[in-house]
Amino acid sequence: MTSLTGTLHLARMAVRRDRVRLLLWVAAIVAVVLLNAVSTVDLYPTQHSLDLAAAAARGNPAALAFNGPDVALDTVGGQVALQVGAIGLTFVGLMSLLLVVRLTRAEEDSGRLELVRSMPVGRHASLAAALVVVGATDAVVGLLTTLCLLSQDLPVGGSVVMGASFVVVGLLFAGLAATTAQVTENPRVASGLAGGVLAASFLVRAIGDAGSGAASWASPIGLAQKSRPFGGDAVWPLLLCLAFAALLTAAAAVLSARRDFGAGLVAPQPGPAHGSARLATPLALAFRLQRGAVLWWTISLVAMAVAWGSLANSIDEFTKDNQSLEDMFKRLGGAGITDGYLATTLLFAALVAAGAALQIVIRVRTEETGRRGDPVLATPTSRARWAGGHLVTALAGSGLGLIAAGLALGITYGAVIGDPSQVGRLVGAALVYLPSVWLFAALAVALIGLAPGWTNGAWAVWGGCVALGLFGTLIDVPKAVRDLSPFEVVPTLPAESMRWLPVAGVGLVAVVLAVAGFEGLRRRDMS
Amino acid sequence: MTALSATGLVKTFGPTRALDGLDLVVATGDVHGFLGPNGAGKTTTIRVLLGLLKADAGEVSLLGGDPWKDAVTLHRRLAYVPGDVNLWPKLSGGETIDLFGRLRGDLDPKRRDELVERFELDPTKRARTYSKGNRQKVALIAALASSAELLILDEPTSGLDPLMEEVFQECIREVRAEGRTVLLSSHILAEVEALCDRVSIIRNGTTVASGTLDSMRELTRTSVHAETERPPVGLDRLEGVHGLRVDRDQVRFDVDTVHLAPAIRCLSEAGIRMLVSTPPTLEELFLRHYGDAVDASDDA
Repeated sequence: MTSLTGTLHLARMAVRRDRVRLLLWVAAIVAVVLLNAVSTVDLYPTQHSLDLAAAAARGNPAALAFNGPDVALDTVGGQVALQVGAIGLTFVGLMSLLLVVRLTRAEEDSGRLELVRSMPVGRHASLAAALVVVGATDAVVGLLTTLCLLSQDLPVGGSVVMGASFVVVGLLFAGLAATTAQVTENPRVASGLAGGVLAASFLVRAIGDAGSGAASWASPIGLAQKSRPFGGDAVWPLLLCLAFAALLTAAAAVLSARRDFGAGLVAPQPGPAHGSARLATPLALAFRLQRGAVLWWTISLVAMAVAWGSLANSIDEFTKDNQSLEDMFKRLGGAGITDGYLATTLLFAALVAAGAALQIVIRVRTEETGRRGDPVLATPTSRARWAGGHLVTALAGSGLGLIAAGLALGITYGAVIGDPSQVGRLVGAALVYLPSVWLFAALAVALIGLAPGWTNGAWAVWGGCVALGLFGTLIDVPKAVRDLSPFEVVPTLPAESMRWLPVAGVGLVAVVLAVAGFEGLRRRDMS
Repeated sequence: MTALSATGLVKTFGPTRALDGLDLVVATGDVHGFLGPNGAGKTTTIRVLLGLLKADAGEVSLLGGDPWKDAVTLHRRLAYVPGDVNLWPKLSGGETIDLFGRLRGDLDPKRRDELVERFELDPTKRARTYSKGNRQKVALIAALASSAELLILDEPTSGLDPLMEEVFQECIREVRAEGRTVLLSSHILAEVEALCDRVSIIRNGTTVASGTLDSMRELTRTSVHAETERPPVGLDRLEGVHGLRVDRDQVRFDVDTVHLAPAIRCLSEAGIRMLVSTPPTLEELFLRHYGDAVDASDDA
């Protein structure tokens, strides 16, 4: 077939170019599976503890909504599937859709694909290459997932079905993204459309799993979970997923044959002929460029906080008969289980808000390397004002997200237990993390100013803090090491009482980093 | 009065020496052509002039100030069009033009609308959907709509069609008539010939020639083709005559432009029936200065 000529060359090129990105995705997903499997095996040493955990989960619709359907919960395999099933499937879907859009529409939008297409390369080669690469990545994730589960002596059938469910959901969302990439000429809209379907899939199966399970059939993630790993091991739901994946892939191929290169099926809307009088400063520009990002981070944080808040009241019950889980939240908090849990959720919200701050500040660097900074700096705009516009947007955006998360957590939890005073208490607790969140914005500024080539290293630091937050207490990392993270060194309210010194210390480090970054930016060459 | 001057500029990026003692002087009110092959250091020079890069050595003065130290104040008085125009995909062309006008603080809506009309730009399109030529128009309109006394243009027309090139040349003539200064880096020699009072030619980060186009032409050869009644006598002994070919009544040769007069006298003694004399084009100037670029890079 000449329309596929060059597919393997393009696939090789994509793997070569994105090898680090692919490796990180696979490693992250597999690490979550492995760590959860290991800790679950440790958490439930006896059948009695499993029975208690199963009963607790069954009696808690919120937990089922968050984690997954009620399948074989009185076995270790079933508990592992509960912990990593819905989350793992969601992440595999996210990975697949982002990678497909990156390799297809984003390449086309950048103009690079035009050069490739002028060579003896078939019309469908880039789409096919993207699906080959992503499909292979999904297969690797599935295979490693199965091996991780087998390494914990879980049953072979369930381990294989679970790994396979990761693969088919990955393929399904790869096919979906391949289709949305044909519809719009904007890669971010293409990822947004497919991501929206992914979020809806999670939500629909959450509603289903909390109730009778019927609604879950309508969700790709729910459908894959109907294969019931460790509790029946049915293959046909997976085959159904595979059929949908094939259908979506075929649709993408048909649509791509019907459109012009560079165009979408939907024509872009015209914009205003004149700029708003407010779009007149570097800060206004930064806000205009990043308002979408701020909005999405805030919505995500509020959604997470609402889910966590609605679970909070049943945490007591959930952990009542499980000493290990109780210990976990107690170690994080030290006070009551519920306050320990609330403190933990706020820690996660703060980590997410720090991710938002990083993403927004790092735009300074991409503006520079994308040569959009030069024309702005050629106007009477100093480098400090130019970068400062993005920094202020990051501080405001991440602060907004963090406060919104505290507010949403307080309102939902307060509504569940009928105590409005929780709102102020939890917003206050969230604010303790504000300097830690802003520290990440300042860290990015420091790297951009002093070591611009290492800007993305800030993400590695962030990843380290996320890992400490998720697993630091589970795998007994010494307190002295954990305190290196700005999220661990500050008091975890509402479980602990306020200590100002560490919070002020984190704030001081942030100020020093930001000042050093601006000074470096003023002195160095723009690249 | 000089609008900008650079002396002995040196800039290295790791092992590459992008600028190697470059000199550039632009007089106030001139349209100054800045010529050089790809990678000669034109964009690096411009980025030093804008204060985006700090020169490793050499003196730079721009509008009487130091472009590195006084960047913000100097930028009130200049406008810039980058060679590779990258815009924000979400913003429309009109929004982008107005943003630059407002960042500069001298947005003139009337002038801006007139330029949008003249360049036939659709300002409602998102920058994502603009072609290279249209992105360039956005940057050009933003710069030309300003009241800046110095325009720094880095290959501003490489994506424009011939009609728009004509509009661009008109605009630059208007700018010159207003007494403003233009530094025009370009590859398009016809454009430089049509617009520029003076040119500087650079290669491998150094200036190889600078002056008016006329003075540069004197350094090169004029090619002559004549038809004479009798074969010319003594032409081959004249100083500065090269490549003489006489084929019955057809005479062809190149002559150093300073030695043109004696050669023509010799021809007229032989009885000129027809004479075509071709002055050196900028292309020839260009080739003369770059012709040995290949050899030079072999040595390096």
